[in-house]
Amino acid sequence: MLRAESSPGGLLLQLAGAWQAPTAASAEAALRAVVLPATGTVTLESLAEGPLDLAAASLLQGFEQRCRDAGLAVAWRGERPPALDIVDRYQPLTPREAGTAGLRTSPAVDTPATAPHHRYALPAEALGRRALESWRGLQQAMVLLGRIVVAFGRAVAQPRRLRGTSVARHVYETGVQAIPIVALIAFLIAVIVAYIGAQQLRNFGGEIFVVDLITLSVLRELGVLLTAIIVAGRSGSAFAAELGAMRLNEEVDALEAMGLEPVEVLVLPRVLALVIALPLLTVVADFMGLAGGAVLSWSLVDIPFNQFLTRMDESIAPTTFWAGLLKAPVFALLIALVSTLRGLQVRGSSRELGRLTTVAVVQGIFLVILADALFAVLYLEIDF
Amino acid sequence: MSGLYAMAPVISARGIVNRFGTQVVHHGVDLDVYPGEVFGIVGGSGSGKSVLLRTLLGLQRPRAGEVWIDGRTVVVEGDPAATAPREVKRRYGVTFQHGALFSSLTVRQNIEVPMIEHLGLSPAARRRLADLRLALVGLPLEAGDKYPAQLSGGMVKRAALARALALDPPLLFLDEPTSGLDPIAATGFDQLLLELQRQLGLTVVMITHDLDTLFGTCNRLGVLVDGKMVSGTVDEILANPHPWIQEYFGGLRGRAALAGSGRQWPAGLRISAQAGSGG
Repeated sequence: MLRAESSPGGLLLQLAGAWQAPTAASAEAALRAVVLPATGTVTLESLAEGPLDLAAASLLQGFEQRCRDAGLAVAWRGERPPALDIVDRYQPLTPREAGTAGLRTSPAVDTPATAPHHRYALPAEALGRRALESWRGLQQAMVLLGRIVVAFGRAVAQPRRLRGTSVARHVYETGVQAIPIVALIAFLIAVIVAYIGAQQLRNFGGEIFVVDLITLSVLRELGVLLTAIIVAGRSGSAFAAELGAMRLNEEVDALEAMGLEPVEVLVLPRVLALVIALPLLTVVADFMGLAGGAVLSWSLVDIPFNQFLTRMDESIAPTTFWAGLLKAPVFALLIALVSTLRGLQVRGSSRELGRLTTVAVVQGIFLVILADALFAVLYLEIDF
Repeated sequence: MSGLYAMAPVISARGIVNRFGTQVVHHGVDLDVYPGEVFGIVGGSGSGKSVLLRTLLGLQRPRAGEVWIDGRTVVVEGDPAATAPREVKRRYGVTFQHGALFSSLTVRQNIEVPMIEHLGLSPAARRRLADLRLALVGLPLEAGDKYPAQLSGGMVKRAALARALALDPPLLFLDEPTSGLDPIAATGFDQLLLELQRQLGLTVVMITHDLDTLFGTCNRLGVLVDGKMVSGTVDEILANPHPWIQEYFGGLRGRAALAGSGRQWPAGLRISAQAGSGG
């Protein structure tokens, strides 16, 4: 790579082998390892195979500068490789610049744009920024909700604006296609609840109450909550990613420029579809949950199916089923709202798309659980 | 010219067939690109120029046909597993039609991506090389800290070129490098490309609809017509009697660009924009 030969007048360095990008790492190491003499001339000679490319030339130019900075003269025996002239032309050296190696490059690593902060100011500032951001997020959500309501009102007045095809497509994608996973998870969770419940209730000889446990928990809470969480993960991410990609591709701008209202074309069909699909999925989940409970009751605590049904009938109030199902459209609205909002907020880069998709799912699930807690309090107060 | 073309081609393609469903895009395309030349690929919209480029790069698997770059096989007929080997991929730089800069990285980081992957230089040397590329393509150093979304169309094209040059590739593939640029910026880009091509000894394959670019920078042209490729020097192509070629270059815009390039329309040829009486 590099042959060094000391002479009274200084140092002779001969380049050998390939001096090109693929071997740039070893070239850099070889040049760095050169021990410069105290005085004299550093003579370079290129015996390299093939022409030098810019990667090699850039390294050599840096080395020449290092020699000059050390007070040594630099000379080439034979021709100075032409690639070095190209580097000189486009990236001229400014000797002794700012006490560094004299290399003109952009300022080292990203310098922070703002002034340094006081140590204790940072957490406070972060908190403040976070609060403002949340506040703006809430405002934007309210604006979006308002626009959705307006768009819905217009769509009711002029059904042509309802975009039935789009709604149907989203009902299919968020509802029909989610049936297998929702059914499976509802069944399994009910089995787990029944299993743990049956073990505990057996201690009191009250195995039959496992039916009450299953029926109430599945119909009032588990069915709708599990479905909403699955849908928030499945469709919330899809909505956010789809709208975000359309944002990046300027498709949303194109719609707006055509005089189409993105909220009407993109957001409303998704919101409506989810409000339709989630209650239906909840019914599926309720049914499968009860089925799971019945199967486990039969196999573990020997409650036959007809007895399970009788007991179930006795345990539920007329409102039990509706107490769960009523929550579904509210959850659907929250999931659709937050995921379409986050999707439309994507700007500029693919990283934003990923970040906001994550935010959409996390906030969707959080809002669903928060709303569920509020429903629990509400139902308690009105004795539903 | 015999000296140049006596050398072995750097890129060869034989019998490329590409089909999407029932639509046949390429019906046996043959192509040779020689070292040190600028080869322009021309064709109507939908004639499969970008598909051909992707096939040459090994990004698109053709139904039939073979591609070699530097004597190494990129695509072998009947071997579905073969793709361009890593050593071939670091021999070429590519710019895509819309830049394809990584949107979450700054321009400088974009240029450094292939260097980090392939070169193993120290961060300082890498940064310096990235800055050299920025200077080469005529971007100010400050542009290096910007994100692609903050750049103008012309700057995106230049940044993409800088990234394509990151590994000092001897081969450069450009997909519509001047589309969307104003004539001044496009001319500037052509000159930049020619200068880099001369200084760095590059072989360039480019797709372009820009007739000024075609006449101003290309040594040879390949025209995709009827699913095949007709290639030759600019003068040879101009003399080709194929009606599409005549219309493409003989139209008003073609003749204006031709006049601008100082070339003569080959004598005795009909000029299609005027009632075809001459032929």
